[in-house]
Amino acid sequence: MTLWDTAPWLLWSIVLPLSAGILTFLFRRAAPWIGIATTLGSVVSVAGLAAQVVHSGPLRYSVGGWGVPLGIDLRADGLSVLMLVMSAVIGVAVSVYAARYFSDADATDERAVQAHQRAYFWPLWMFLLAGLNGLFLAADIFHLYVTLELLGFAAVSLAALAGKRAAVVAAMRYLLVSLSGSLFFLFGVAILYAAYATVDLTALAGKVQPGPLAWSALALMASGLLIKGAVFPLHFWLPPAHANAPTPVSALLSALVVKASFYILLRLWFELFGAVVTPATATFLGLLGAGAILWGSAQALHQPRLKLLVAYSTVAQLGYLMLVFPLAQNAGSALTAWSACVYFVLAHACAKTAMFLAAGNIAHAAGHDRIADLDGITQALPLSVAAFALAGISLIGLPPSGGFIAKWMLLQAAIGSGKWGWATLILVGSLLAAAYVMRVLWHAFTQVEVARPLHRVPRTMEWSALALSLLAVLLGLMAARPVELLRSGAPVSMHAPGQT
Amino acid sequence: MNLDHWLLVFILLSSFVTGLIIFFLKEEAHRLRTLLNLFGALLKVILVGVMIAGVQANHVYESRLELLPGLDLVLRADAMSALFATLSSVLWLVTTLYAVGYLEGEPHRSRFFGFFSICVSATTGVALAGNLITFLIFYELLTLSTYPLVVHRGTEKSLQAGRTYLIYTLSGGALLLLATVWLHTLAGPVEFSLGGALAQVATQHRSELIAIFALLITGLGVKAALFPLHGWLPQAMVAPAPVSALLHAVAVVKAGAFGIVRVVYDLYGVYTAEALGVLAPLAGVAAFTIIYGSVRALFQDDLKRRLAFSTVSQVSYIALGTALFGYLSTIGGLTHLVHQGIMKITLFFCAGIFAHTLGVHKVSEMAGLGLRMPWSMAAFTIAALGMIGVPPFAGFISKWYIGLGAVGSGSYWAVAILAASSALNAAYFLPILHAAWFKKRQDPWPADHAHGAGEGHWMLLAPPLVTAALVVAAGVLANAPFSPLEWVRYITEIEYGK
Repeated sequence: MTLWDTAPWLLWSIVLPLSAGILTFLFRRAAPWIGIATTLGSVVSVAGLAAQVVHSGPLRYSVGGWGVPLGIDLRADGLSVLMLVMSAVIGVAVSVYAARYFSDADATDERAVQAHQRAYFWPLWMFLLAGLNGLFLAADIFHLYVTLELLGFAAVSLAALAGKRAAVVAAMRYLLVSLSGSLFFLFGVAILYAAYATVDLTALAGKVQPGPLAWSALALMASGLLIKGAVFPLHFWLPPAHANAPTPVSALLSALVVKASFYILLRLWFELFGAVVTPATATFLGLLGAGAILWGSAQALHQPRLKLLVAYSTVAQLGYLMLVFPLAQNAGSALTAWSACVYFVLAHACAKTAMFLAAGNIAHAAGHDRIADLDGITQALPLSVAAFALAGISLIGLPPSGGFIAKWMLLQAAIGSGKWGWATLILVGSLLAAAYVMRVLWHAFTQVEVARPLHRVPRTMEWSALALSLLAVLLGLMAARPVELLRSGAPVSMHAPGQT
Repeated sequence: MNLDHWLLVFILLSSFVTGLIIFFLKEEAHRLRTLLNLFGALLKVILVGVMIAGVQANHVYESRLELLPGLDLVLRADAMSALFATLSSVLWLVTTLYAVGYLEGEPHRSRFFGFFSICVSATTGVALAGNLITFLIFYELLTLSTYPLVVHRGTEKSLQAGRTYLIYTLSGGALLLLATVWLHTLAGPVEFSLGGALAQVATQHRSELIAIFALLITGLGVKAALFPLHGWLPQAMVAPAPVSALLHAVAVVKAGAFGIVRVVYDLYGVYTAEALGVLAPLAGVAAFTIIYGSVRALFQDDLKRRLAFSTVSQVSYIALGTALFGYLSTIGGLTHLVHQGIMKITLFFCAGIFAHTLGVHKVSEMAGLGLRMPWSMAAFTIAALGMIGVPPFAGFISKWYIGLGAVGSGSYWAVAILAASSALNAAYFLPILHAAWFKKRQDPWPADHAHGAGEGHWMLLAPPLVTAALVVAAGVLANAPFSPLEWVRYITEIEYGK
């Protein structure tokens, strides 16, 4: 047993960004370097944690040795490890991008705004990362609430960072949504605590029984999470908030922050309320997802601005995640559906980050992001367009991307349980996605003079987008091990006959 | 870690890596790009040669990658994949030479040749795919890598064609995906093997397998341009000539046809397919497409459009030969996979030369072309006669076997289709040949870039001469070892268990 095997890696993945949040606030000059180093550090700690979980199954760690019911417990299973890997990898790419984005002299119009952005981006981003990692490792619902709130505040502040009127208005709306969502969630936590005298997920899992109490707790918590997760028709706040933020922030919000709410919903649904949920509620959530896919895609098809198109694509893609609830109803396909949606989260995170970064590059070079006028500039930025295209491939779900593998599993779950309606929806959604991605890409092939960029786009900004989009595509070729890992600690109800 | 394990991967990478490097070359790096292109193409031909020699010596080449538990990406070399891989790698080599000459001095060449190479990797992947999911992956990659080639000119018209192309192919791909997943949930991981692998499953899930077959054929039929899914093909004619040549002869259309062949022979197995009763409808659709394409071709004045409708018709010979249950028609269909490729690529090369050197785009402008460009026109003539089915050219061999097979299985209607189609082929090709060789030129050429005399650039001329020679050789030497016909006989014997 070496130090590598025994180190409390779960703790590190929270402590590192938390301390970096304070350091970046104190040492503003070094902030980008601290930020990049921290995300690299979190990659290392996640790797350590992953090795531990692969080796010896799900982990539990009592901070300071207090344990239940007094202390804070952390736990890690396959699902949390994959989520942490996601936040770490996306974190590195976005940090590298942001280091250039916020330091580039002509990145923003006004120097004052720029200094202000640079000063606050790094601490907020580090707190966001700490909140996110804490959330993925939380072992009790109160801790989930706390990290959700921390995440919400960091996210709202980041969304307001651009300082323009539209951004501030959008951020205020986001704040209201975020607060009311958390409040709903907190009510649910209070009900469960009052009824069962514990907040620990594992302890609660055995106790929660169907009844008005559990139903109201589920309803409150789920609605809070659906609002925060921007699930149709509660998505109204997302497109303006994501589209008006500075580019690295848009990427973080779209790729990581909305996934946190979905993660909690997934945990609650399968672990806590396994005995409470009914097929009707599952179908209801699935229908919300269907609405999201169709409505989000239709909106993306009509957006005049690039970043809004990408943001509406997020609304649509989040819809697919909701399909896990109806598809997991059938015991035979539950594990496939579960793996599918988690892999979808990973693939979407990579692809969407890459797409926002690429869109940001294009907008930065052009000085605007009106899709209709992008012809010349897209041809001046082949790398960013390539990143956009590769990310698009994953969002559409074309092979061999991560999105393809996720959709393959979704289809497998749908067809395996004879649910042809959902299968059709998945395919239609793919074709719609192809339509809105191509809306942008075909400008890269038109016959025009190559435009001279208004602002120079630094290499690192192009390459970090491209690297992530490549990852999104390659995810399709390395799905076997993550999917295997997911079975570690998957909720008990997942072990369907014949699928172990 | 031996060569057997990696050979197939190298075959894919030989063009893929070349493509990636080319993307990053400067537009002016003409020599380096050409060098790389030719190097990649040659390397691929050599590696495919090694593979064929190995397959003959009963070597097993296989590479696997686990995509998901119970789902593998499989590359495998068998007799069938060797057939298609050879076709695509050899024709890629000549097309590369042609494309270099054709696009000289045009913008966006790095982009063009990058996607060109990736397109060929995708085609090779289609050839080497060892199961349906692998096939699907490369089939979709082919769609993606050909789109930039179709819209290469960037005009309103070509973008429109590209849009149509994507709508058709992506919808077809979605159906194919649906069928693949469905089959996977029914039968688990199924790999291609001569004789088929679904005989067991067919006893329990008859109706499902019929539905899956219909979905598969619809999905593949889009690229194979089966009626009524052919609409994209004539529009895609706006692409530069080398792209049309590649699309029609090797890559897209052929990938669809090859897919149909794979599904019938290597997935379902010809006996199972016959027992399920799915071959007769396929034969019907193919027969209708053959006549429909020929009739439409008759009324096109644009040379490339005429050739495009001719492709619609000719590719369905492959489907017809496959769908007529019988040893000989199988030989005919599979041989036509190769023969149609070399004939059609010759025709498109020549059409490209006429357009590029003299500005001749229409059939009505072709009077006197034979005197002006005897070599190019000779190549065109050989290929056109082959298409009609005149002996001793390649097309005759495949039509002959399909006909024999039709008679053998008692499908006399198919013989009638063959006869009618040959008559139609003659009706739309012979007037071209007549005008080109025997009519006197009255007007000046629309746009003479060769200044009054001579053929096109040698890089344009050499490829059609080579492929025309192949058309002759494949016909005259049909019984020699290593001819497409002999190779196909070998495949067919295994399939029918002889």
